[in-house]
Order: sequence, then C-alpha cells, then structure tokens
Amino acid sequence: MQPLAINHFSIVNSLGAGSAAITGALRARRSGLAACDFETATLDTWIGQVAGLDGFRVRSDLGAYDCRNNRLAQLGLEADGYSAAVAAAREKYGAQRIGVFMGTSTSGILQTELAYRRRDPQTGTLPADYRYAETQNSFSLADFVQRYLGLTGPAFGVSSACSSSAKVFGHAARMMAAGVCDAAVVGGVDSLCLTTLYGFNSLGLTSRAPCRPYDTDRDGISIGEGAGFVLLEKSPARTAVGALLLLGVGESCDAYHMSTPHPEGMGAKLSMQHALDAAGLAPADIDYINLHGTATKANDASEDRAVFELFGAATPASSTKGSTGHLLGAAGVTEAVIAMLAIEQGLLPGGMHTQNIDPALHSNYLLENRDAGVRRVLSNSFGFGGSNCSLVLGASG
Amino acid sequence: MRVFVEGVGLLGPGLNSWQASRPLLAGDAAYAPMPTVVTASELLPAAERRRTSVPVNLALAAGRAAFVHAGRDAATTATVFASSSGDGESLHHVCATLASPEREISPTRFHNSVHNAPAGYWSIATRAHGFSTSLCCHDASFAAGLLDAAAHVVVDGKPVALITYDQPYPEPLHAVRPIGASFGVALVMAPQTTDHVFATLDISLVPGGASATRMTDSGLDAMRAAVPAARCLPLLAALARGAAAVVVLAYGEENHLRVAVAPWQ
Repeated sequence: MQPLAINHFSIVNSLGAGSAAITGALRARRSGLAACDFETATLDTWIGQVAGLDGFRVRSDLGAYDCRNNRLAQLGLEADGYSAAVAAAREKYGAQRIGVFMGTSTSGILQTELAYRRRDPQTGTLPADYRYAETQNSFSLADFVQRYLGLTGPAFGVSSACSSSAKVFGHAARMMAAGVCDAAVVGGVDSLCLTTLYGFNSLGLTSRAPCRPYDTDRDGISIGEGAGFVLLEKSPARTAVGALLLLGVGESCDAYHMSTPHPEGMGAKLSMQHALDAAGLAPADIDYINLHGTATKANDASEDRAVFELFGAATPASSTKGSTGHLLGAAGVTEAVIAMLAIEQGLLPGGMHTQNIDPALHSNYLLENRDAGVRRVLSNSFGFGGSNCSLVLGASG
Repeated sequence: MRVFVEGVGLLGPGLNSWQASRPLLAGDAAYAPMPTVVTASELLPAAERRRTSVPVNLALAAGRAAFVHAGRDAATTATVFASSSGDGESLHHVCATLASPEREISPTRFHNSVHNAPAGYWSIATRAHGFSTSLCCHDASFAAGLLDAAAHVVVDGKPVALITYDQPYPEPLHAVRPIGASFGVALVMAPQTTDHVFATLDISLVPGGASATRMTDSGLDAMRAAVPAARCLPLLAALARGAAAVVVLAYGEENHLRVAVAPWQ
C-alpha cells in the first residue's frame, strides 16, 4: 500500500493522558492496573481505569452524547494537541474531505446498563433521559467524534471486538486511495462497563491478578479503558527523515471459533504476513513486535506460534497489556500509538508482571525495557469471532 | 466508483428471496407484508447452529443466497458486514441480567453480543480466512457498508460481498429504537465483468443532504423507513427493474450516496 503520513496522534488510558505521560509510565515501568473497584462490580479481578471520568461531562453543545465512552473520547481528543491539529487539517483539506473511522466494541453500553436499573417498575420502560443513538449505538462514538471536530466527510463505526481500532487504519487507507477523502481521523475508545467485566468473567478469561502475558502461570486478562486517535494524511513525495508512517495493514479471519483463537495461530500468521506484504517488508525488517498478548492461555500460545513461525526467536516482542490492561476495541490504536512512541523514543517496552516466561512459548519476549534504535514496528490485534488485524508502522529515511 | 453486481440475497417480511421478490420490487406484482421467515443456517455445524441468534441467521441466509446467485466461492471472497442494531436480544438479556441481583451472564450471550458475531459465524461456516469487517452507521449502515465495500472492490481490485442485516430490539429498547422487522440483504460485487454480472453500480459520496429515493409501493416504503438495512430497497428495485436509474441513499445529515444503476448484458 501507499504509506500514509502520521503527524499527529493522541492517547489516554490508565497510565495517564497524553504521550508524555504514557512514555513516562512505560519508562518507569509503572502499571495502570489496580484491584477492581469499578461501579458496583464485585469481581475478583484487576482493571485499568481512567481517573476522573465520573465527574467529567462532554462539551455542552453535545450534551446528548454524554456517557463514559464519549467522555473518554473527549479526553483523548484534547490530549497531545490533537483537536487543534485536526482543526488545522480541516482548514487545509475542508471539513468534507476528512473521514472519521472509529473502533469500539461496546460503545457507551454502560449507559444502557444503568438505564436498565432505572426501568419503570410498572411498565418496564427506560428512563426518559436515556439516549440510544448518542450513547448505545455502535456508531455513537464516530458520530460524537465527527461532531466534536466539526467534520462532515464519510464516517462510520467499526466494531469487530478487539481488532476494531486496528482495522480503522485499513478502512481509512482504502477510502483515501479511492479518493473518497484526503485525510482521516482514525482511532477508538472503549470504556469500562459491567458487560465486559462480567462477560469475560463468565468465559473464565479474567485474571485474579494483574495480567501476566506470556507467563507460565498466566490466567487471563485485566480489562482496561482508553482512547487513542491518529490523523492519517497522504505522504508527500519526499518525507522528512524520522517522519512517522503507516506502512502496512493486514487482516484475516480465523474461521475457527467465536471466542477461542485458532490453536496453531493460522489467522494470526496470515494477518501478520498480509501486513508485511502490504508494507513490502520481510520479517527481518521489523525491529519490535507489540503483541496482542492478552495473557489468556489460548491467545498467547496461538500468537506465539504464529510469531515464531514467521519471525523466529530473534525479533524482540512484548505485550503492553500488563501496563494498560486490555483496552478491547481501543487496543489496536493504543498499541499503534505505543509503537510510534517506541520509534520516537528508541524504547522497546518490556512486558510487565510476567515472572517466568512460559517455556512452551518461543518468541523473544522482553521482560525489561531496552533502549534501541527502532525503525519499524508490527502491532497485533486479534478479536472474538476470529477477527485479526496487524499494522506495520515505521519511520521514513 | 464502479462495481459489477454478480449476486443478490434477500430475506425480509414478505420477501423470501431475491428471485421471489423481483416482481414485487419491480412493481409487477403486489406486495403483501408477512413475518420474516428466519431459520438456522445449514452452513454451520450442528454445535454452532444451536447457539446462533436471529442476526447471524439473517446474515448467513442472505449471504449464502447472494453467493449462489453470483456463482462465486465464499471461502475466497472478502466480506463487509453492516448493521445498525447488531444482536438486540443479547444486548437486552445482558443488560437485564446485569440489572438483577444475580449477574451471571451467559457466555454464549456475551460472545454473541459482539457486533461482529455474524462475521465470525460466516467465516466459520464458509471457511473464509481473508478480509472481513463489521460496520455500523446507525440509520445509514447500509450506505456506509456500500461505500466501504465499493472502495474495497475498486482499490484492491477484488470481489467483495456486502451483507447488511437488522433485527428488532425487544422491549424496552424497542420503544427507544423501533426497528420494524428482521431484514437481511447481501450484494456480491466484482471489480470487472464476469459471466454472472447483471448490473453495474457507479457509487459516489456527495456532500449535502438529499431526499432519499422512495419505494412506489407504500408497504415497501414503510419497510424502507422502518428498518435501517431496508434502506437498500430502492437500489434493489432498480436492479429488479433492469433499467438504468439513479438511486439516492441518505448518509447522515451532511452527505448522501448517489448510485447510478445500469443493466449489464
């Protein structure tokens, strides 16, 4: 594919708001995970919660959209000067020529959960202040972001579980290549809710400790929340040395099971191979792999097999979910931004909480931070339904 | 963006298949509303079939019919799924359970509640390992899916199936988001002509709102208005008539899709 320029991005999660805070936490090896005290949940698990969302409200002209997910979106849009950068892009390209493609798995479902508690005891009807379209519908996030940024081009939500906000990069690239838009706001937001906490618990997939990707004793995920946004623009013929680029997107389906990955990592391998092919790169060109690395038994075994078959044991790899938790539909963009921070900072983040790497896993899993020149990163995001997406990000020159 | 239509699949109230519905859509026969007949897909293994929801069955039935019509192998074809509602039954059950003292969510309900559940089941059923995505754009979900699928066909030069579906929510969600009927539609589109191509679509995103093309039959137009996935009906009517036509599909307040339909011999 034609590389796309990335001049602006933003990130917010339990590690902090903005790239500097996230980089600082990664460098200091500070995890955002804490024992679950979310809302009325009574689960023995750990979560990555963003502070202050309960007392926060979205911009008043968009009050109908107010919910935890859109509040978190607004925090993300205001981090790292992102909304100002989009305002400048709007002047350059025109509001009509910038697409908005947003990934989320559960949008503002917490709002519906809370509304169900307030159903009329006699009639069962939902409270009058409940706003379905603006909070629950899977388009609500993209709709909010588009209005917040004053954009009027093509927009839609992508909801493919935990690959959602990785896949938006592919959608934007195709829309730009087709000439439907000249630039794109891509990203994703997922926020804590009881549906995912109790849902993953029902599948036996939540850990009772901070998640330990690639550990012998790994026993599940820690759910987190977060937002990330990237502005994609066409790359000029000559890019400055070190400029960040989206080099490749690869997508595949496991075609195996709704909630268990292919045991041999078949879909994962395909998506990584497609991403390398799209970037015109070989495995040896990749300096670091940000793994999906959820810390479930099945994911890490499946992903490791695919990574090892493709990359062998040389390429350094880690999962940053020990730091952030699993941000589900926001994981793709979050880890794409972490990949870009790794390139900018020359930092390979070591995975957190992992004590003993599972001897059955053969990839080069990093346990400690490493300072190293990083030119190109591959980032994996795999979701329920066997939906896989891999991104290749790099620096020009 | 020009795409070549090879196959259509359709399942809606009183619309039991594309072939049976063509005279109704073309205005050559009277439309009579009937409940949508949705059955579990034979494409799935028995173990999976027991666990599927109405949206999955709608999507699989429409998709399968479109591929039969197109004479194309589903295993090697990319898919774009689009739905406004997703699995409303599962959403309701999950939220009702979480509002009760016992918060034991059914694991099957939980994994069926993801918006891409039909895409997941489709890939299992057809052994498709390639590209697939799952979109939502509220009332414009069909238009967004069509735009995205067309971009895919044109940019990647590969065939794509667009599969769009919606299912009514149970109460109390139905009161705040009424969806009139269960409806599924699929279009198989190719980047160039093949033996099965019977029409072309020239699709463009046009700035500014516009009045969407309506159905002549009041019953069909009521369905178009009541189900986001059924916003496709004017496009299907143009395909059914087999004559050149321009169809306008609403895409939010700021845009619309202009689709020029032309028969292809």
